Amino acid sequence: MTTQSITPNTLGDAALTEPKAVRWLLSGLALTFLILFLVVPLVAVFVQALEKGVDTYWAAIIEPDALAAIRLTLIAAGVSVPLNLVFGIAAAWAITKFKFRGKAFLITLIDLPFSVSPVISGFIYVLLFGLQGWLGPWLKAHDIQLIFAVPGIVLATIFVTFPFVARELIPLMQAQGTEEEEAALVLGASGWQIFFRVTLPNVIWGVLYGVILCNARAMGEFGAVSVVSGHIRGLTNTLPLHVEILYNEYNFAAAFAVATLLALLAILTLVAKALLEKKVRHAVKSATKPIGVE
Amino acid sequence: MRLNSLMTKTILALFAFNLVTGNLSLAKEYTLLNVSYDPTREFYKTYNQAFADYWKEKTGDMVKVNQSHGGAGKQARAVIDGLEADVVTLALAYDIDAIGEKTGYFGPDWQKHLPHNSAPYTSTIVFLVRKGNPKGIKDWDDIIKTGVAVITPNPKTSGGARWNFLAAWGYALKKNGGDEKAARNFVTALYKNVPILDSGARGSTTTFVKRGIGDVFLSWENEAFLAINELGPDQFEIVVPSVSILAEPPVTVVDQVAKKHGTFEVAKAYLDYLFSPVGQKLAAKHYYRPVAPEHADPADIARFPKVNLFTVGDVFGGWQKAQKTHFADGGTFDQIYVPSR
Repeated sequence: MTTQSITPNTLGDAALTEPKAVRWLLSGLALTFLILFLVVPLVAVFVQALEKGVDTYWAAIIEPDALAAIRLTLIAAGVSVPLNLVFGIAAAWAITKFKFRGKAFLITLIDLPFSVSPVISGFIYVLLFGLQGWLGPWLKAHDIQLIFAVPGIVLATIFVTFPFVARELIPLMQAQGTEEEEAALVLGASGWQIFFRVTLPNVIWGVLYGVILCNARAMGEFGAVSVVSGHIRGLTNTLPLHVEILYNEYNFAAAFAVATLLALLAILTLVAKALLEKKVRHAVKSATKPIGVE
Repeated sequence: MRLNSLMTKTILALFAFNLVTGNLSLAKEYTLLNVSYDPTREFYKTYNQAFADYWKEKTGDMVKVNQSHGGAGKQARAVIDGLEADVVTLALAYDIDAIGEKTGYFGPDWQKHLPHNSAPYTSTIVFLVRKGNPKGIKDWDDIIKTGVAVITPNPKTSGGARWNFLAAWGYALKKNGGDEKAARNFVTALYKNVPILDSGARGSTTTFVKRGIGDVFLSWENEAFLAINELGPDQFEIVVPSVSILAEPPVTVVDQVAKKHGTFEVAKAYLDYLFSPVGQKLAAKHYYRPVAPEHADPADIARFPKVNLFTVGDVFGGWQKAQKTHFADGGTFDQIYVPSR
């Protein structure tokens, strides 16, 4: 061991004590696992989708019910992601930059959707807004349809994607501390100025990272949406629900064709995530570096 | 000048557009929501088109029928929770009773509004087995043998599953001279052989057919035919048991919802048309036994095997009673069903 500072990234071959064979074996195992459980299924989705030719594939995607499902999925994600973005930034800001009572409770609340099964979160809305639910009679009297309609699907999506942006930002902001904000305050900046000129630029990559994860979940959510959807073709089916219906109707090629859209989304998400991960790590590192050392 | 001619053109275009939309506004456009059970997907897809054509011909109005499918119990629950169905076409009368009771959308005498107890087609429960019938399944007694895996959906959520349960129970009763205890033992043994309970008939079909689980699938007759058609007669065959149940899947207009939507008349016509020659013919084509077989294609009728059928009324004293005894919380099914593992 030399005296140079050692971080996990700079560990060289010399620092490893395991024999080469063990290392190869372990890496090989991990790789096999990865191929077997991730790559092969992904390839299978595309193979099945194109089994009956490109024409069938394309027909399944431009079919009116499929287009309606795509539109609804975009609506659900389009509403829930911006809302969760605003909420996530506000929550992370409050939690990491201020001291107040009930902070731990707030964090628990934000985490709640992670710990609750999506099906249960769907049922919560049925119990609340369903015709037999607490607010059902009032909603009916005012002719407002939440459950088994688009608003219910959007609500359920918001609920399950609630923690993504906040959870991504809280550790990042915690690592960055409050020194820069305090400096800005001393120099006479207003609250909004501090937020837009200091806090937000510091975490912008983390925000994007959270948005991408949030979006992937919003588009892919099945359980919660399934409960509140009512499964009306062309009206309240999102992409994952549409895939299930096609599959159940022995329309396997079409089911996999629509599934490729979700698979593509997953791949895009992974790529964007990998790119952003670097930026986020850099932001944390530069935040934890003492000032003046560059 | 050029600007002028452009304006003239625009005005003319607008005028033409008005003419077109004016014409359209004479014809009304209706949307119906039909909340149905699992295996009717293919049937209603064609039927909806046939009805839309018929209605357009008759009145000039357009009708678009939206469909929602799932296990009958689950679907009824959704309507009770606020899914705004104009018509429900479910697997059994009890689920429709439950909707009326919980929501007050229609009265308890709904089943008298249409002929044949409001059931435009009937069906029964048959066995679907793998090609060559490797386990040698001939009748009900064979499916309770050890080592036979039986696929049937969950009677709590699926209508078809409740017909399965009652068919088995009815068979055992008949065989043992009405001995309730023997029937109970028979059905207990049957559910010991069930590895998976899907929530709807279609889920079970997929489990049996696509995932290859189980030796025998207690199936709607129409679902069994469909599986063979879709996935190849070289893979499965139908075994008709010595006795089975007459399943009567009824339909009704959800009066108050349809009235609110202003679709009551169309909804009524939509269901009436099921009993018409066209509706009956289409039902037979999709392997439902039509109540008026004279309207169906004789070739379609010939496909139905002859089965000795008993009704829920005969053996169980009606659906209300059957539901309470067997499928309500703490009922027979809850007592006998122990999930494997």
